[in-house]
Amino acid sequence: MRRQIPFGLVFIFGIFMVFQFFVPHEKSEWVYEFLLDWIIVIGIFALALGIWSLFKVSVEKIKQGKEGGNYSYITLVGLYMMVAFGFTQQTGEGWGLYFLWIMLCSACIVSLMRLRASTDSGKKRMWALASVGFLVAAVLVAIFDDAWAFFLYTPEGLENSMFEIFFDHIMMPILATMFSLLAFYIASAAYRAFRARNVLASLLLLAALLVMSRFNPVIPGAEYVANASNWLMNVPNLAAQRAIVIGIGLGIVGTALKIILGIERGYMGRG
Amino acid sequence: MRRTTYIVVAGVVLLFGLSWVLHAVSMSGEADGIERAFMITMAAFLTLAIYSFLYKDNPFYKFAEHLYVGVSAAYWMCQAFWSTIVGNLFPRLSEGLSNYFQQPYQASGWNITYWIPVILGIMLLMRLTEKYGWMSRWPLAMIVGTTAGLNFVRYLRSDFVVQVSSTFMPLLGEDPHRWQGFGAFISNLDLSATGQLAAIVSNWVIFFGVICGIIYFYFSKEHSGAFGRASRLGIWILMITFGASFGYTVMGRISLLVGRITFLFRDWLEIIS
Repeated sequence: MRRQIPFGLVFIFGIFMVFQFFVPHEKSEWVYEFLLDWIIVIGIFALALGIWSLFKVSVEKIKQGKEGGNYSYITLVGLYMMVAFGFTQQTGEGWGLYFLWIMLCSACIVSLMRLRASTDSGKKRMWALASVGFLVAAVLVAIFDDAWAFFLYTPEGLENSMFEIFFDHIMMPILATMFSLLAFYIASAAYRAFRARNVLASLLLLAALLVMSRFNPVIPGAEYVANASNWLMNVPNLAAQRAIVIGIGLGIVGTALKIILGIERGYMGRG
Repeated sequence: MRRTTYIVVAGVVLLFGLSWVLHAVSMSGEADGIERAFMITMAAFLTLAIYSFLYKDNPFYKFAEHLYVGVSAAYWMCQAFWSTIVGNLFPRLSEGLSNYFQQPYQASGWNITYWIPVILGIMLLMRLTEKYGWMSRWPLAMIVGTTAGLNFVRYLRSDFVVQVSSTFMPLLGEDPHRWQGFGAFISNLDLSATGQLAAIVSNWVIFFGVICGIIYFYFSKEHSGAFGRASRLGIWILMITFGASFGYTVMGRISLLVGRITFLFRDWLEIIS
């Protein structure tokens, strides 16, 4: 029964979404809009579940002393700092003891993790004392420092300059660098792939060279190269992409149908 | 080995501090100069830490990787909480909650239905308990069913029906390149990219390219004879696409690389202006 009802729900919601497309009535569209809103709300809870899972995995890695477990401290401190920035904001001109408070809370988290990971009773006592000490100090700073405040009901935290700075100077640089790292691996792959060994490899090489030299104004006949490259992107490339997209579309439709009809059940897990 | 690691870490910390101090001095006249100097140094350090992976996996890369995981998870959580939960859900759930979070209440007779996803969301969190973990299947079923139904019609329309209908192109040209007989074609032969010849050839390439591409992916019949030749043409078209996609990706990644190098040389080292 615990599995049959969910499969029934999949069938009902799946059939409804198909049905509403073919019956564009005002009421069916109204339900459709509501369902999309519901999915967003449930998605937020799924995000919370994911963050809890990240927290749990990090704590377990530290506790079990696994290889690379020490890096989990960085994940946890990064997680905490961004949450702290998202719920606090400065109230005056300066930051006061805000950064000291951040450091004390981070030290408290690290101490708590060390406490969980320790097996020796002496070390346990030491880390317990350290975490209590850092916590008390952090609470005192939070009470007596009026240069900043907690904003738990209004989204002032999103306008906290530290929240924006962490996004601009930590998240974005890492993300852009990660993607740009692929340029080096692509260059290495190109060295192996771009060899005119046969007709197919030559076609691959020519097409890639043509597209890469599209925006190069220095090469002779740059205008013709740009035109040829545009034609390549808009005609043969479009044809093959369309063939691939039709295949993908049929695959997605088939999989969706299998899920709605309960033929594909792997997503529900065991038990 | 351990000693070498300590020396490298100490060197990096020293360079970090030096960079911070030098930037703070150069920004001393600006507001929040010290914090900004720290963040520029931090961004440069993280950029170089990620690039250090080109040598091999190392502690600096792992530091940046783990920091990104924690910071980005918290960033999206804060955004989701303030913009979706507080900004959109609470104003529909109840007037009391809206007032509590200082949001304007959006009165509607059907607002009560928004409690259903909240209940389903709480059921999803039951996955954390062993005893009531089965309850998380209900919201999961709702998400999977709705998404499957949505994708069924969406992809059937956009990835199949629309693509097939767009493939049936006028093989003898269309306005203003409509076919007006062989004589007119010869007397007005135009080899430019916008001419009649180019338009007709392009339509033929698209029409037969799509059919041959699909034939290549059809494995229920042996690729021999005319079918095999069409399949061969299909793989040629596909190789052109793979080459073009490869070139396009290279251009995109190189542009990101240029962005990071510009940051390092302009914002951090201040070598270029």
